Amino acid sequence: MKVLMFGWEFPPHIAGGLGTACEGIVKGLAYNGVETLFVMPSASGDEDQSATTIINASDVAVDVVSQTASEFLDKVKFVHIGTNMIPYVGPEEFSGVVEEERKRQLKDFSISYGQKYKFSGKYGTNLMEEVARYAMVGGTIALQHKDEFDLIHAHDWLTYLAGIAAKEMTGKPLVIHVHATSFDRSSDDKIDTRVFEIEKKGMLAADRVITVSDLTRNIVINKYGIDPAKVVTVHNAVDFSGRENITVEKGVKDKVVTFLGRITFQKGPEYFIEAAAKVLKRTRNVRFVMAGSGDMMNRCIRHVARLGISDRFHFTGFLRGAEVQKMFALSDVYIMPSVSEPFGISPLEAMRCGVPSIISFQSGAAEILKYAFKVDFWNVDAMADAIYALIEYPALAKFASEVGYDEVNHLKWNGATAKMKAVYESVINK
Amino acid sequence: MKKNICLYFQVHQPTRLRLYRFFDIGKDSHYYDDFANRTILKRIAQKCYLPMNELLLESIKESKGAFKVAFSISGSAIEQFERYAPEVIDSFRELAQTGCVEFLCETYNHSLASLASPAEFKHQVLKHKAVIQKTFGVEPKAFRNTELIYSDTIGAGVYELGFKTMLTEGARHIMGWKSPNYVYSNAIKSGLKLLLRNYTLSDDIAFRFSDRQWQSWPLTAEKYLESLAAADGDIVNLFMDYETFGEHQAADCGIFDFMRALPRVVLADGGYKFVTPSEAAKSLKAVDSLDVPEAISWADEERDVTAWLGNELQQDAYNKLYSLTEKLSILNDAMLWEDFGHLQASDHFYYMCTKFFSDGEVHKRFNPYDTPYEAFINYMNVLSDFMIRVDDAIAEK
Repeated sequence: MKVLMFGWEFPPHIAGGLGTACEGIVKGLAYNGVETLFVMPSASGDEDQSATTIINASDVAVDVVSQTASEFLDKVKFVHIGTNMIPYVGPEEFSGVVEEERKRQLKDFSISYGQKYKFSGKYGTNLMEEVARYAMVGGTIALQHKDEFDLIHAHDWLTYLAGIAAKEMTGKPLVIHVHATSFDRSSDDKIDTRVFEIEKKGMLAADRVITVSDLTRNIVINKYGIDPAKVVTVHNAVDFSGRENITVEKGVKDKVVTFLGRITFQKGPEYFIEAAAKVLKRTRNVRFVMAGSGDMMNRCIRHVARLGISDRFHFTGFLRGAEVQKMFALSDVYIMPSVSEPFGISPLEAMRCGVPSIISFQSGAAEILKYAFKVDFWNVDAMADAIYALIEYPALAKFASEVGYDEVNHLKWNGATAKMKAVYESVINK
Repeated sequence: MKKNICLYFQVHQPTRLRLYRFFDIGKDSHYYDDFANRTILKRIAQKCYLPMNELLLESIKESKGAFKVAFSISGSAIEQFERYAPEVIDSFRELAQTGCVEFLCETYNHSLASLASPAEFKHQVLKHKAVIQKTFGVEPKAFRNTELIYSDTIGAGVYELGFKTMLTEGARHIMGWKSPNYVYSNAIKSGLKLLLRNYTLSDDIAFRFSDRQWQSWPLTAEKYLESLAAADGDIVNLFMDYETFGEHQAADCGIFDFMRALPRVVLADGGYKFVTPSEAAKSLKAVDSLDVPEAISWADEERDVTAWLGNELQQDAYNKLYSLTEKLSILNDAMLWEDFGHLQASDHFYYMCTKFFSDGEVHKRFNPYDTPYEAFINYMNVLSDFMIRVDDAIAEK
């Protein structure tokens, strides 16, 4: 079995967790005897190709054979190039940006056919345009490799249009993989409708929809109105191979309780602060750390100051690779109080470092982690209870650390991808 | 009677903190950005302190002692001079030797101790008094508090410490119809005389001098004399940061030429004499006592203490810091006292100010941090480490 897979990023150059998940998936599929052709907008050449063949979309021109040219344009006509996201800027700057953009597109249009497009593969201001172009190139790639794959697998909304184009061009079945939805990125009334439209289009066009958790599956069914029969949950796994746990000399004697992630509404940072204040009323030998940055950060800092606990509640700002490992190594308890989390890989990372974790029921990870402490994100008392217990009762912490470590080491992509293979088979043999 | 002109300059440099991360807490207890402190001090010494001291010395000599000024030099500034630019100390000493320069007393670390703790306040005042005496050979007689912070009770406390003269702001909401151009007395201790800053005439030099939108631009000594003539009362108190000269107002806008001309023009007129704060307090009677129940200062539009304690970040940091006072007294450890002093500098709290929209420009100018939040995080990380050291020392004891 062979799969044409559309992704947006792939290690080592990654901005989010999607690339890491994709690497785990292609390796797991290879283990299960499934070959993959992995398409990404901008490959750097230093990706690990031992388990997959990477196709760099930036190397492929939108160059269609003449008899299918009109068909091609017809099939990808839903792609609107130029609906760009423009960041919030002043009116003068805005008109400047718009004008510049218009000129650039006019020029681009006249030369784009038969040309290669250099994708940034990032998440910049011209993301929508890149998404649309990726679809056109994706269609071309599907045609070029028509005989080399049995089905198409597209990861997250950025690649759905490419997946649809590939399906239109080749007639092969399409599986889309929902790692997150618009509803996880902002509150219900503020979702980006353009992204929502693309997501829905992808889900409708797909033969199967894979979701990373039942939580996400419910969103796909309820908020996007997708037929439950074609939505399948395959929980994420995590690949710890080649990972050595580091040891760091701890500067503070107190227990350290850590939150690590974007400081945004979805991650529930304020519930963590409230819980911290409650714990500090009972015991003083504990420090809380909020690592990361985000649009709620300043508000959280004020919140902490108002509660008068800023000598015990620390902010680190955004942490990079090695610093993240260091932070885990310094922690005694990890907490992920997310309001909405499709999966949430960070508690798995923490548990792998032997750090007991407290996670919200509103996260996908809660569906599979037996040995994480689970609370509702809004239940600050329960959260405080769990923190207190883990820092005050060493026997509990030791137990949680050991069983948690074993548990996450058994969450392997080989198992998750075996389920994925079954999904593939169900659409190929239909 | 000749009208009195009282010039006083504030000299202060905070001991700035380095980027201190959570990971450093409990591991590294050096808190200061020595590089920035040295670089900034050396730059300002070249641009302001040295040339301006020389200018003042020349003016005093030229006027045969008729030109007089006063300085308040914070303890942290003196420490930095000694470490990075001892020639500045020498030039202040030369000024001291003319007998025309008065050195005022303040809190050693330019702190907010007067608001927080009478004991810590006294400790810092005495420490500053001693360093001034040792460095310049003169005993300070008049007092100015950090950023001219003043209230009835602070004034009474200052009187208890033996001072007869104190400087503060002629804040509009306190003065009402009264003029700042007279000497007043403290509402509790009538023996303490108050000199009030004439903020209009002071800010003409300190803030507006190079402002081309300002109607009086370009300001000349002659024009300024007209403003002085228009002022009522016995005395005009011109209080400003010393860094005004050459640093806030760059040399090329003509600030040095203006200051060179000013004493000549003012003395040539015949209707004025320069006095130091203590001379003014001695020669002039208090016309009334002044009620200041809530603390005032010379900062921002509000002229209160909200520049340092206006938001929850500042308040929490301040409360945490001063909660240590008692422990510090019990320990009486020189190293801890020193760090405690540096952490008290009002500047750290100023950096956390969120009043961006009205006085943000002034705040930004003196702020090494991009946002008040960064300032707060960094400060709290340092303070957390300091608290651990204090608690460990207590536990040992």
